[in-house]
Formats: sequence, structure tokens, C-alpha cells
Amino acid sequence: MRVAPEYYLSLAGLMFVIGVVGALIRRNAIVIFMFVELMLNAVNLAFVTFARMWGHVDGQVLVFFVLVVAAAEVVVGLAIILLISRNRGSSDVDDVNLLRW
Amino acid sequence: MEMDIPRIELAGIAPEIALTVAALVILVVHAVLGNRFSTWYLPYLATLGLVVAGALAVIVWDVNDLQLSGMIALDNFATFVKVSLAVFGLLTVWLGRDYLTRDRLEESEFYALVLFAVAGMMLMAAAADLIVMFLALETFSIALYVLVAFKRRSTEAQESAMKYFLLGAFSSAFFLFGIALAYGAVGTTNLYSTGPEADSLFRFASAGPSTDLDLLVLAMGLIIVGLGFKIAAVPFHAWTPDAYQGAPSPVTGFMAAGSKIAGFAALIRVLDAILFPLRWDWRPLVIGIAVLTMIVGSVLAVVQEDVKRMLAYSSIAHAGFVLVGVVAANDRGVSGSLFYLATYGLTVVGSFAVVSILAGPGEHRTRLTDYRGAFYQRPLLAGALTLFLLALAGVPVTSGFVAKLVVFGAAIESGYWWLVVIGVLASAIAAFFYLRVLVVMYMQEPIEGVEPAPSGGWLANGVVAITAATTIVFGLAWGPLIDAAEHARFFVAGG
Repeated sequence: MRVAPEYYLSLAGLMFVIGVVGALIRRNAIVIFMFVELMLNAVNLAFVTFARMWGHVDGQVLVFFVLVVAAAEVVVGLAIILLISRNRGSSDVDDVNLLRW
Repeated sequence: MEMDIPRIELAGIAPEIALTVAALVILVVHAVLGNRFSTWYLPYLATLGLVVAGALAVIVWDVNDLQLSGMIALDNFATFVKVSLAVFGLLTVWLGRDYLTRDRLEESEFYALVLFAVAGMMLMAAAADLIVMFLALETFSIALYVLVAFKRRSTEAQESAMKYFLLGAFSSAFFLFGIALAYGAVGTTNLYSTGPEADSLFRFASAGPSTDLDLLVLAMGLIIVGLGFKIAAVPFHAWTPDAYQGAPSPVTGFMAAGSKIAGFAALIRVLDAILFPLRWDWRPLVIGIAVLTMIVGSVLAVVQEDVKRMLAYSSIAHAGFVLVGVVAANDRGVSGSLFYLATYGLTVVGSFAVVSILAGPGEHRTRLTDYRGAFYQRPLLAGALTLFLLALAGVPVTSGFVAKLVVFGAAIESGYWWLVVIGVLASAIAAFFYLRVLVVMYMQEPIEGVEPAPSGGWLANGVVAITAATTIVFGLAWGPLIDAAEHARFFVAGG
């Protein structure tokens, strides 16, 4: 069965938009971070689709770069979120409001 | 069967290798020796690493080459940025030494993270492929997330690190989606052509089929958004004041100087060199961002009551001034932006050095009211801060004046005089809040019964002296640095 690349790209675009909206409206740091991961996976889907379209593997290799960097980011990010929730018993970004303009 | 093995070319990333090795040595040596001995040798190791990296960057001056299969550009543009970054790194390490011993924070991790961040920033300036640019961006961002949270018991530092991290990750996703779309449009993420038949973003932007250009323009917009976060341009600036306020002052200065020059280096390379043929598509967007950045940064700085927050908004406004040079998109615009970023970096590191000393142990005194009568308690430091603030305001005889002059001159050359008018108006608003600090320092009495902060160590004072000297020197004798910036050309194929 052949599926046109437009479907994959639309799905990638949709995932990315869901990720953006979710990251902007949710208030829990972990959930925001999960939406950011959804955005990164939308990027991965786009990379793989384009690689298929162009008929070479470059795009598939780029996915590995994204995965590795995302993993490194998770390590640091979760450590910071853990530090905060240990201190205050909450990882809600609205509870974190010492700094205000 | 025969295979093509890529040539091993390390000159392009030699500075980054030196920094990484130095950082690893610092971590390992400290782990082995532990705290049984004094840690006096750690800043020396970090200094050595940065000096070697700077030297390795300088020796390839005037080389025009692509290395590591076209992934790294070896050009004067990258060299100029790399040397500036090595200097910012040195000043941060020295300032950090005093700060860390005063506040009893871990030392080895700090130096290692600063070196990793400098390595990432250097790679950013030399990236000739969007994916290398992304790796570099993440390398220095991840190091900076940790550095912002370095006072890990302080709730403010935790909060600022979380905000910086969440928005930083959010922005890298935009940058990455831009890369994916550019790959879809062009079929490669490489910026330059490496061979006669190889395609590249530059070649595509110059002569690509117009139907596919739409996708590239969309990609360009997303890349501008992603980099806009890193250079703290409005409307992507929300993290800046929080991260700058909560981070240790040496780190704040380093972020303002290093993160900005690295982000701009990537932005200038992508827009002014690679996507120059598409300048009529990206100019409206960048002009809009520049105008918003200059005005919002200057206006919001006026109402701040915390000096670090005020300097954060000032750094936002300065990103707007540099963007004026980017919009000009001519040779003077590029060299002017580089000159601006280098001199602004020195000035802002100096300002945060003074803030870090005056804030005292634990950095509790950063509010404007804490600066009352500072001149009568610490005349030299207050004098240095005066100089830095005047330079940030762009008063003649300081480097800030020359920098604004070259950037605005380039914009006028390209016919954007009205953008320069907005820039001058924004600087006038900005002058107001710099003067506010001066009034507080000189014309108000110190608070009764409050001891002034203990004086800084010789390293911190040395950093203040060096940055103050450069601020004056580049304001009077700007020739050599401008010359260097003008020679900081991009890689040209076959050039």
C-alpha cells in the first residue's frame, strides 16, 4: 500500500501544533515537558518522511541526533523539576512565582 | 571493495576539543584528589584550557575552508566569535572563582560547565550545517540550564532554572522543526556547497524552484523563532528576566555575553550569508522583531526595582540594536554587529561583576535601594559601574557609543533610516533607567546601620578593572577591533 507523504507531513504538523498548544496551556512542569517531547517527535516524523521523499537516509540519521539530544535534555530537565518539587512539594508552574516583573 | 573514508580534519574543531579535554581533566582531577587538598589549581586548569582554545582559534585566522565533510566552516567570522567567547569564558572563570569561594559552592563542576558551554558556543559560530548548529545550541544550553541552577539550595535559582529550561526546550523544538522543513525543501541541511553537484541551502536560496521556496521561507521563520529565544528578542524574551535574576551573577554575565554572541553568530550566518537571496522575505519579520525588542526592552527596564532584572531588560534592548545591524545585511552590518556583540559582552560581564561583588554573600542585595549611596562606600566599584552603565546607554568615549554608531550607520547605508530613528528613541528611553541607578548611587545617603558588602577578591576586582579598561579603550581607539571585525568574512566557496 502506498501512502502519500502529505498524510505523514500533516500528521507531523498536527502533532507539532498539539505540542505547542499543550505546552502553552498546561500548568504542570512535567506535562509541559511531555508536550515539548511531542513537538520533538513531530520533528522526527517530518525528518523520516522527507528522507523517504528524497530517497536518501540523511533524514533518518538526523532523527538519532534529535533522540540523543532529547535524552540529554530530559536528564537535566527532570533533575531541575525534581529539585523544585522536593523543595515545595509541587511541580506546578503557577506555584513557582517568586520572580515577577 | 573500496570505501571512501572521510578525511580527518581537526583544525576546525581544535578549540572545542581543547575545551572539552580541559573540562574533563578538571572533573577527573577533582574527583581523584577530592577536597582533601585545596582547590587552588582548578581555575588555573580552566584558564589554561581557555587560553589554549583561544590560541588554537587565532592560528587559523585567514583560512577559508570547510572541514569534516562540510560540517564546520573555518572562516574569520567564526574565529572572531571564538576569540571573543574565549575572553568571556576567562572573565567568567576568574569572577566565578571569587564568587564560589565566597558562597561556598562546588568549584570543579562550575568550571567544567563553563568550558562545555564555551565549546558549544564556539561550535555554534563555526557550524556549516544546520544539524551541527542544533547540536551546538543544545550543548551550550544544557550546560547553561545547570549553571543557572548552580545555587541549588536557593528557591529563586531553582525557579529561574526551571523557567529557562522549559522555554529553552520549547524553543529548540521550533528551531528543529525549522531544520526539518528546510531539509524537506532542499534535501540537505548543509549551508554551503561542498562540491560542484552538491546542493546546499545557499545554492537553493539563490536559484531554487520558486514553488519549493515557500517551504524554505516557512523553515526560515521557525529558525528565526528558535534563535530569537536564545538571543532574547521580544516576543521570545519571557525567560530572560527570570533566568538573569535567579542565576549567580557571574553566570548571568556569561549568559548575556556568550549566549547572545553565539545565537547572533548563527543568526547572522544563516540570514546575512546563506539566505541573503531571500532577504526580502525575512527582513519584514526581523524588522518587526527588532522594533518590538528595542521598545519593549527599554520601556520595561524603566520600571524594574531589581538591578539584575533591569540589566536583563537592558540586554533584551541591546539584542534589538544588534538586530538593526542584521537587518542591514551588508558588510558593515555584519562587522558592526560583531563589534557590538564583542564590546557589549565585555561591558555586561563587567556590570555583573560589580553586581556580584556589591550583592554580598548569598547575593541578597540586588535591589535598587541596596545601591543607595554606594559611591560613598565603594567609590571605585561605583565608578566602574557608572562607566559600564554609560557604555550601555551609548555615551561617547565608551565602546557602547562606537558600537551603536557602526550598527546604525550600516542600517542607514541600506536605507533603513527610520529603523535607526526608532533605535535612537529607544536608547533615549534606556538612558533614563541607567541614570536612575547613578542617581541612587551618588545622590542618596547610604542606609544607616547596614554594613557595606565585603570587598571582592583580587580576581573579581581584576575582572572589573579589565572590562572597565576595555570599555574605555574601545571607546577611544576602536580601530584595531573594527578592523578585525571587518576582516571577519564568511566562508566563500572557491575563495
